[in-house]
Amino acid sequence: MRLEKRQATSALALALAPIGAVAFTLLVSSLLVLWAGAPLAPTWGALVKGGFGSVFAWSETLTRATPLILTGLAAAVAFRARLYNIGAEGQLYAGAIAAVAVGGMHGGAGFEAHPALLLAGMFVAAALAGALLLLGPALLKARLGVDEVVTTLLLNFIVLLAVSALLDGPMKDPTALGWPQSVALQSELELGKLVQGTRVHSGLLLAAALALGVWVLMKYSVFGFDLRALGANARAASFAGVPPLRTVACVALLSGGVAGLAGAIEVAGRTSYVTLDMSPGYGYSGIVIAMLARLHPIALLGAAVFVAGVLVGADSMSRLVGVPTYIADVIVAASLVSVLVATLLAQYRVRWK
Amino acid sequence: MEGTAAPPVLRMQGITRRFGSLVANDDISLQLAPGEVLGLLGENGAGKSTLVSILFGHYTPDAGRIEVFGRELPLGQPRAALAAGIGMVHQHFTLADNLTVLDNVVLGTERFWQPFSRRSEARARLLEVGRRFGLGVAPDALVGTLSVGERQRVEILKALYRGARILILDEPTAVLTPQESEALFATLAGMVAQGLSIIFISHKLAEVLRVAQRVVVLRAGRVVAQAATAQTHASELARWMVGQEVAPPQARPSEVAQRPVVCALQGVHTGSGRERLAGVSLELRAGEITAVAGVSGNGQLALAELLCGLRAASAGQVLLAGEPLRAQPAWLVAHGVARIPEDRHGVGVVGDLPVWENAVSERLRSPLFCRGGWIRRQAARAHARAIEQAFDVRGAGLDAPARALSGGNMQKLILGRALHAPDGGTPRLIVAHQPTWGLDVGAVAYVQQQLLAARDAGAAVLLISDDLDEVLALGDQVAVMHGGHLTPARHRQDWTRESIGMAMAGAVETA
Repeated sequence: MRLEKRQATSALALALAPIGAVAFTLLVSSLLVLWAGAPLAPTWGALVKGGFGSVFAWSETLTRATPLILTGLAAAVAFRARLYNIGAEGQLYAGAIAAVAVGGMHGGAGFEAHPALLLAGMFVAAALAGALLLLGPALLKARLGVDEVVTTLLLNFIVLLAVSALLDGPMKDPTALGWPQSVALQSELELGKLVQGTRVHSGLLLAAALALGVWVLMKYSVFGFDLRALGANARAASFAGVPPLRTVACVALLSGGVAGLAGAIEVAGRTSYVTLDMSPGYGYSGIVIAMLARLHPIALLGAAVFVAGVLVGADSMSRLVGVPTYIADVIVAASLVSVLVATLLAQYRVRWK
Repeated sequence: MEGTAAPPVLRMQGITRRFGSLVANDDISLQLAPGEVLGLLGENGAGKSTLVSILFGHYTPDAGRIEVFGRELPLGQPRAALAAGIGMVHQHFTLADNLTVLDNVVLGTERFWQPFSRRSEARARLLEVGRRFGLGVAPDALVGTLSVGERQRVEILKALYRGARILILDEPTAVLTPQESEALFATLAGMVAQGLSIIFISHKLAEVLRVAQRVVVLRAGRVVAQAATAQTHASELARWMVGQEVAPPQARPSEVAQRPVVCALQGVHTGSGRERLAGVSLELRAGEITAVAGVSGNGQLALAELLCGLRAASAGQVLLAGEPLRAQPAWLVAHGVARIPEDRHGVGVVGDLPVWENAVSERLRSPLFCRGGWIRRQAARAHARAIEQAFDVRGAGLDAPARALSGGNMQKLILGRALHAPDGGTPRLIVAHQPTWGLDVGAVAYVQQQLLAARDAGAAVLLISDDLDEVLALGDQVAVMHGGHLTPARHRQDWTRESIGMAMAGAVETA
């Protein structure tokens, strides 16, 4: 079996690819649903309804999508430049801790400043924490060729343990009855809700605006050109005068910074303090979302809402028909694989022998 | 063709192979007689490589059949081709540098489960084969220490050791000096006398006429002509190959004796291994083409990268118009250096980005095309369109990815980017590394004409090429590279093919 590049990639094939991918995903996960002994239609009905079927369902889905947009953006920016940042999870926690360090109720009061100023300082600190965390691995890669997949991945564990130490030490909330959780954010720093009585907060708008901003940056700026050129062909990019080291460093700062912001926005919008389980792997899901969106910042919004909806819907479906929530992971994973395969097939033709 | 004397050893019939919409081989039939050297002639992209890849089992044809020694050859199986007695010597050697000659030859011929390697047996057989065909190589020498000519002999020995009776040589002289080529031709004559049959692939007319008894000419995937070499001549072959008469650009030598030095290298050292410069001095003058000849891999890439801003000198000095040269592409472009890299796909363009972005990529940082970090799209696209029109870049349009361009059009895009300054000025210095490599005849003529025109407009041109004909056709001054050393540049008339060949082999003192 061999793959041959098609002479021309038809726009129709590229448009049909995601539809085929969804069909394949449905088929695979339907088999699992049947295997679990549940009826198909009610199961899918419950999942869709749970994720997208009501104002409440939408609010939950969008709440879940907010950090996913940001970690997805972090992955998309870095991957575009061939900087494989697997460390968004750690960067998110670093950002969350930095946010609480600036805006938390230390000793019952916290820093005194105008809330808007403090909020800005909190976001800057979070972005810086995430950015600096990625800068090291990026420079190591650019200067010494150290594999950034390994360094960023392993940094996740280091950061998580460091956060754990902080939650049991200097950042510990004395009123938390021994639970490892940080002091809470000053209440005036919490982000407002978009819809009363739900958990959707204005962080969603911030995340969407960031995605739009990154898209504009990638498409219309010289830095965006540098990033795309370096990712597509590093030798040709250097030949044309793209500064490789500076570009990689800026990409790292942007990607890590966005992931750090995800942590701050989670704290300010949803949890108001840091715990060790505040992220159920948002950093890793971000990679999936970025790939689903083929690294496009705007398509990423849709991918994040889709994944969030499946995760939320699976929770409520599981309560109704008793299929384990892991079906959500299967759906997300299968859709990623089938989107990749479908895109490949739109661009390549399979020849048998 | 007549086939009355002896049955052919090889018969290919109706071979057709498509790649998507491209028909690489279109109903090709050919025969090879015992003891014959068949020249397979054609431009780059005419389908020669595809045809022999099919013969050797790397590709399966869409139609057609192959008979070897009267027996049908199973298609698409290199193993079957080897067993039938077909041996292939690739243009790029497939040898392991850190193994000995004997190891390289024996590699792959012994069975996996065989408990011990039968060294003495293999050595005796290798020496025997070498003696019989006049290919003397020390069996215990490390391949890494051998010269290119010797490596090629090892490749041929490898095929003969496996019992090849039909030998395919793919552009065998591309990496050789003229003297090494002569030695190869003598070896081939000896092998033919022993009853071997040879397919000799080349795009160089003179060589094919010299070596082959019969020649088959391919163009655009079809056999357009075949003839006995005794009954044809170079210009007829050229016409068949190209399909029309092509007049080579007339290089009028530049007349003025002393012109100002634009760029000077003084005792420059850089790099290591094969890609290094070991004390290179050179002066590039305005209105003159300085051509650097040499077998590729002797430091030409280091020289090109140095003058393209990708590499700095570790010792010595490079001056551009009296100023020390900075190893920064953007600085060079701003100082009027036009750069044409050797590897147009890998270095010249970013294939995934659109044509227009590639057309302005070198000057994107200039205030003409960028304001406050944002690309001035309208200005940039207008400039890209100007390049597209001035240099006749066809095929894709401004928004298509650059990889959709054909080789010739891609090279025109790179030429246009380098030569077409937005202010209408001419470049001060042009660094062209293998600018016509792999292009069709029309594109070659176009590129050469552009270089000549730029020279006449006053640019200093450094042309690095391993095509001796190109060097002699275009160079006002010629220098030869070998092992990181460069001979002094001399007038074209002061060189002969022979003296250049000697210098390419390192036989001339560089002092």
